[in-house]
Amino acid sequence: MSVLGDPQASTATVQAAPPSAHKRRRHWGRAVLPTYSWLVIAYLVFPIAIMIMYSFNKVVGGQPLVSFSWNGFTTEWYQKWSSVPGLTSAFWLSIRLAVVATIVATILGTLLAVALVRYHPPRFRGKTVVEQVLFLNIAAPEIVMGASLLGLFVTLNINRGFLTLVLAHVMFSIAYVTVTVRARMAGFDRALEEAAYDLGATPLVTFMRVTLPLIMPGVLAGALMAFALSIDDFVTSNFLSGTSVPFPVWVYGATRVGIPPQVFVFGAAIFTVGIGFAVLSIVISKKKV
Amino acid sequence: MSGQSALRDESELNSGRVATADTSKTADVRFEHVTKRFGDANAVDDLNLEVRAGEFFSLLGPSGCGKTTSLRMLGGFEEPTAGRIFIGGQDVTDLAPYRRNVNTVFQSYALFPHLDVFENVAFGLRRQHVAKVEVKRRVGEMLEMVDLPNFERRQPSQLSGGQQQRVALARALVNQPRLLLLDEPMSALDAKLRRQMQVELKRIQSQVGITFIYVTHDQEEAMTMSDRLAVMWHGKIEGMGSPKDVYDNPTSEFVATFLGASNLLSGEIVRTEGGMVSVATSGGVEIRVPTSRVPDLNSSAVKVGVRPEKIDLAPEGSSPTAGCNSLRGRVRVSTFTGVGNQYIVETESGVEVTVYAQNLGSQFAPRSGDNVVLMWPEEHTFTVRPLGEKTEINELEGD
Repeated sequence: MSVLGDPQASTATVQAAPPSAHKRRRHWGRAVLPTYSWLVIAYLVFPIAIMIMYSFNKVVGGQPLVSFSWNGFTTEWYQKWSSVPGLTSAFWLSIRLAVVATIVATILGTLLAVALVRYHPPRFRGKTVVEQVLFLNIAAPEIVMGASLLGLFVTLNINRGFLTLVLAHVMFSIAYVTVTVRARMAGFDRALEEAAYDLGATPLVTFMRVTLPLIMPGVLAGALMAFALSIDDFVTSNFLSGTSVPFPVWVYGATRVGIPPQVFVFGAAIFTVGIGFAVLSIVISKKKV
Repeated sequence: MSGQSALRDESELNSGRVATADTSKTADVRFEHVTKRFGDANAVDDLNLEVRAGEFFSLLGPSGCGKTTSLRMLGGFEEPTAGRIFIGGQDVTDLAPYRRNVNTVFQSYALFPHLDVFENVAFGLRRQHVAKVEVKRRVGEMLEMVDLPNFERRQPSQLSGGQQQRVALARALVNQPRLLLLDEPMSALDAKLRRQMQVELKRIQSQVGITFIYVTHDQEEAMTMSDRLAVMWHGKIEGMGSPKDVYDNPTSEFVATFLGASNLLSGEIVRTEGGMVSVATSGGVEIRVPTSRVPDLNSSAVKVGVRPEKIDLAPEGSSPTAGCNSLRGRVRVSTFTGVGNQYIVETESGVEVTVYAQNLGSQFAPRSGDNVVLMWPEEHTFTVRPLGEKTEINELEGD
């Protein structure tokens, strides 16, 4: 019954001691990775959590502006989400801008990726140049691009507004779409397209029925990236907005006076929709493999 | 009698080799002086070829011999550098692949991974805007024929290699093409499944009656299935005809060694008399060959050959039977293979000769070190033109 009364049991415990110490060390080792992962996740999610938290914060005093102390829970700002006129129109402008820029950039970027994978010199003479330009496009500081675009549009005497914003957003998104789609196309079996031709599909039908469905996960990922880049772009948009002020530019302007809590409501909404898209993209790419 | 049969063989060979006016009526596929150049290399070099309607025709050769390139030109995936290609009398050289009434079974099968089995097979019919009911019926029939009923809703990734191949076959045949091209379709299958599919493919071909052009580097596969075959090497056809013709009457050293095994001895033609050519081999022994089996009587340097299974072994001192060639030698290696014995015999002149003797039970079975006499009928002897100096024989080992 007692351990002392059983000599065999006591020797067994003594013998088991060194391996258990070893085990404990290994156990520690195993905990490092999860701990690290959770710390990173917390680091990334913390600011967003704060934003969502403040979207539920009560405001004390007359002005409905954000105060950075906790005054109690309310859903007031969700009910009055559209009560700040400039903010709402800026938000819808950003959405329209992001949708248009994403569609255009995704189409152009995808076609560019297909061309870069498919064609080589001598048939595609400027290939190396195109690759370099794409890289430069990603690497160039945005502030430089925004400033030079402003100079360009002023020189050409083009009024700054929705059109210039779309042009700029498409320009800085294309490269990201191309890189993403290109990665997806790297393992593409050419024989699949030949098989489609063989079965009577014209090049256009082949692209729509075989190539595009197979690279769709890459195209969607590229589109998501373009959308994310466009919706929160501040630097370039600040140069080019003119009279059409997108959401980030409006918020920046508002910080000088005070931020209405609705900003956090929109922020939370964009974040939620973004998460939704990301989950959808994962589900689709898992299904399609 | 043997002379007669040899003559007939030769005339058949010739009709296969040369494009003549009468065969063009039944010719389904015709290559006229087709050359394909990749950079500096000629993948296909002035190829002339005719395939008859309804025939199972194989292009056989080691990798890089131009067989796949020839097939791809037929499918429309490569454009010839020079020459014309005809299918059923129509010049298709400049026709896009989707305008040719030709379907292909690809080496990788190339099944569309985003479509299920039904949609894969229906792909071609949908392009022709065949009515829905008709599509359903024809796809069903085709899957029945390739022995995959109730597989309609499976994804290609859920199928085994053999099943994928059947789907690829069904996807091509459902369009009732004039011509079916098969690009090494068995290379990914294991040996047992391969033999099974060979029989299956032969059955399907006789059932649908479509011309099959089959590319392979497996000589056994080509011989088992083909009505006729062409052995290709360095972009040229080295020999063409029925498997038996090409096997029994190899016209070049390459064919003799690539298609089955051959014992080849260098020699010189010294005399021609009474339908027989005498070739003096390096060891000084004269070997007699029927003139009909000498492709070029004017060249003096030849290689004289005999297939290992045609040689008989006799004990030392036996006198050669009339009408037989004979060589003396010593057994170096004797290997029992179950169905027979394989011997490697070193002749007096130091050449190694392979002999294959069937296991009939009551035979003379020498052991290694024994002196023996090799004997084989004169009519089973052939000569081929030797390979050029530069081309090494071990280049023949494809893949």
